[in-house]
Amino acid sequence: MTSRQTSEEDVGQAPALTIDALGKKCPIPIIMLAERINHVPLNGVVAVLADDPAAFTDIPAWCRLKSHRHVASHELPQGGWAIHVRRNY
Amino acid sequence: MAYFDAASTEPLHPQAREALISALDAGWADPARLYGSARRAKMLLEQARSEIAEVLGCRSDELSFTASGTQAVHLGVLGALRGRRRAGRRLVVSAAEHSSVLHAGQVHEAEGGSMETVGVGRTGVVDLEAFGAAVRAEGTALACLQSANHEVGTVQPVAEAAGLCAGAGVPLLVDAAQTAGRGPVPPGWSLLAASAHKWGGPAGVGVLAVRKGTRWRSPLPEDERERRRVPGFENVPAVVAAAAALRAVAAEAEREGARLAALVDRVRAEVPRLVPDVEVIGEPVARVPHIVTFSCLYVEGEALLTELDRAGFSVSSGSSCTASTLRPSHVLEAMGVLTHGNVRVSLPRGASEADVDRFLAVLPDAVRRIREEAGVKL
Repeated sequence: MTSRQTSEEDVGQAPALTIDALGKKCPIPIIMLAERINHVPLNGVVAVLADDPAAFTDIPAWCRLKSHRHVASHELPQGGWAIHVRRNY
Repeated sequence: MAYFDAASTEPLHPQAREALISALDAGWADPARLYGSARRAKMLLEQARSEIAEVLGCRSDELSFTASGTQAVHLGVLGALRGRRRAGRRLVVSAAEHSSVLHAGQVHEAEGGSMETVGVGRTGVVDLEAFGAAVRAEGTALACLQSANHEVGTVQPVAEAAGLCAGAGVPLLVDAAQTAGRGPVPPGWSLLAASAHKWGGPAGVGVLAVRKGTRWRSPLPEDERERRRVPGFENVPAVVAAAAALRAVAAEAEREGARLAALVDRVRAEVPRLVPDVEVIGEPVARVPHIVTFSCLYVEGEALLTELDRAGFSVSSGSSCTASTLRPSHVLEAMGVLTHGNVRVSLPRGASEADVDRFLAVLPDAVRRIREEAGVKL
């Protein structure tokens, strides 16, 4: 499981909010993301730090269902990922 | 109690039970011996073989009985790879195959072979173009594709895949565990695996068919049983019961399949209407009649199974919290769909409309309660 990203030009954008969901099992990281995505301005990026393998699939799937944008998932040195999501509305 | 986990195992068919009990008395002797009771066991075994072969669309002498569907897959995959060793050591599989295929592939890798996994789309259908390219690559010894997916019900384009394999001169192993007895097996396979308890037969009987002319070498020590394909004393009574079940379900497959498909259609349509934030998963049309899968956002799969069990429904889940490995289902991951809050409903033969209605009545409250308890305010 390596990092993946949906678009090159989005990747550079610094997160406006980081949610630490390390050690938390799905669906908790998704619930945290859904509750807080509106805390960033429109087009702002939220980074979710998660190490539950389900989050790697489920956060991009949540983005698709909720019409937000999965920007990229970067592997963290300590394990898990920083999963970047852009608020679309 | 409503049993909605037929994709794990179908309840024993009454005709299989009857056949099993009488075969325990008539078919207990060693079919390899030459005295009367042994000849009777041999006759029962060969009669069952020819009946099953007829339903599956192969010759009796191509069909062997194994101890399980999983063992049929293991022997099929590893035996075909051994038999084709001179052609190469590449194995091609779809990402949505049953774990038995992937586990056999891992053994092959550990022995120095390679396995290429071809991706599936959002509904679980294998990427045929990539599959074709993979089987045409130099050194491909075997390709594997399931007839339909066991977790989401999506039917795979087996006939097209078989055409691609034939064009490349590569044998195709079809894992037909979810469709055997429910409809015809698509043509073009070189090896076929299935499992009797999925069609209403007893546990402990798998079938492996190897087409005439397909190279195959046993990965296990050989003996004289099952045309040297499967070592060990045959379970004749269970095989007889498996044949009785297959005959019975195949005879009613068209009618019962249409009935179950209509019930699944209703679940597919009603669940997203009754439950907010739910994703129905898998092919809406090209699917098996009895399986429907959905994932509920913000819901823990294990909690939902527990709630549904309390309400009297036996269903399963591909969510990580329900797996011993604590990893989500590799099928859901490969499809890129929600893996948490996942429920697979698979209807057994005779599943009642009233039970499906009751399921649709209790599901919305079960999901709402779990979301409330988790403090979801969305």
